[in-house]
Amino acid sequence: MERTSLDLWVGAFVVAGVLALTFLAFKVGNMSTYNASESYNLKASFNNIGGLKTTASVRSAGVLIGRVTEIKLNPQRYEAEVTLSIDKRYQFPKDTLISILTSGLLGEQYLGLKPGADDEMLKNGDAIKQSRSALVLEDLIGQVVASKAENAK
Amino acid sequence: MSVVNSVRNIGHAVIDAIWRIGYATRFFTLILLNSGSSFRRFRLTVKELYFTGVMSLIIILVAGLFVGIVLGLQGYEILKRYGSESALGTLVALSLLRELGPVLAALLFAGRAGSAMTAEIGLMKASEQLAAMDMMAVSPIARVVAPRFWAGVISMPILATIFSVMGVFGGYLVGVIYIGVDEGSFWSQMQGSVEFQHDVLNGVFKSFVFGVAVTVISVFEGFDAPPTAEGVSRATTRTVVQSSLVILLLDVVLTAFMFRGN
Repeated sequence: MERTSLDLWVGAFVVAGVLALTFLAFKVGNMSTYNASESYNLKASFNNIGGLKTTASVRSAGVLIGRVTEIKLNPQRYEAEVTLSIDKRYQFPKDTLISILTSGLLGEQYLGLKPGADDEMLKNGDAIKQSRSALVLEDLIGQVVASKAENAK
Repeated sequence: MSVVNSVRNIGHAVIDAIWRIGYATRFFTLILLNSGSSFRRFRLTVKELYFTGVMSLIIILVAGLFVGIVLGLQGYEILKRYGSESALGTLVALSLLRELGPVLAALLFAGRAGSAMTAEIGLMKASEQLAAMDMMAVSPIARVVAPRFWAGVISMPILATIFSVMGVFGGYLVGVIYIGVDEGSFWSQMQGSVEFQHDVLNGVFKSFVFGVAVTVISVFEGFDAPPTAEGVSRATTRTVVQSSLVILLLDVVLTAFMFRGN
């Protein structure tokens, strides 16, 4: 069995496919910006998470530092429990404030971390105590209507 | 009488269709059973890879580029109304990776390579080459059909991936270079919303399924074609029509499973 120019073309074809997949993974996709292996988990509870979804981004000062890995309802307290996985390079103090924010007016929801001033840092599996729920437009309108009604009396 | 006849014709068509499905299923299992002996002569598959994969490359490259350019122009036009032109990269990449890449590449593949496979096998049958192989105790399925099947299955995901890359490049050409969307936000928004598993791998899986469907239809139609000039021409037409419909139907099913609104 000898090599022919046909083999060269087929080889080039397969290599082009692999290169294309690598391009999609690193330049188009998010494989380069976020590495799941070096991360630690934190927990947070919210009264209302609005439209937050798993794989939503976690940002601090606007920088992507992790992702939401799990969302579930705590059946005792009826609060949403969110698990986030955060890049190991970034450590946050114990009194960090976590809030659900919206990117742009109609954009998707993400979690924002605002570090406090505590000396102790959050460790893997810790819960963030201070949280601020999502802004639900219906609740807000309800409040405005109620306060108008009070004033009208 | 004519009523009875038309009912009879409908019944005949239905039974014939079920018959063909059964025959095609048996044929598909035969291909899989004979794959072992055709892999031992991998050279045959490499040769078919050249004819189905490499030769389809040009049409895939050009079509991908054009689709990307159109997506860039149309997407920009719509996104501009909401002031979110920077999301152009996301729009182009997601629509290509999830839908257009696998589906359009498969449709082109069915027209370019699938029809050729059917015509080739059909002509081999018409000129009694397949019967001659059988006489010499060479299984035509192992020698002719299985290498073509595997070549199609291997080359389809590669072609779809290359199609998507060319499309993204076309969107980049129009969006960033021609219209002037900010290059940084074009790529970063794209990277922020495209997920490797959910978007890229699902697209590759889709194209793999389409590859299996298109090549099975193509080789089966060729193998089943009546050994006449008219029979081969009809089989070729049927390959293109049926593959296209099956691709779109499978796309509906796969999309419903993969992207159920979460």
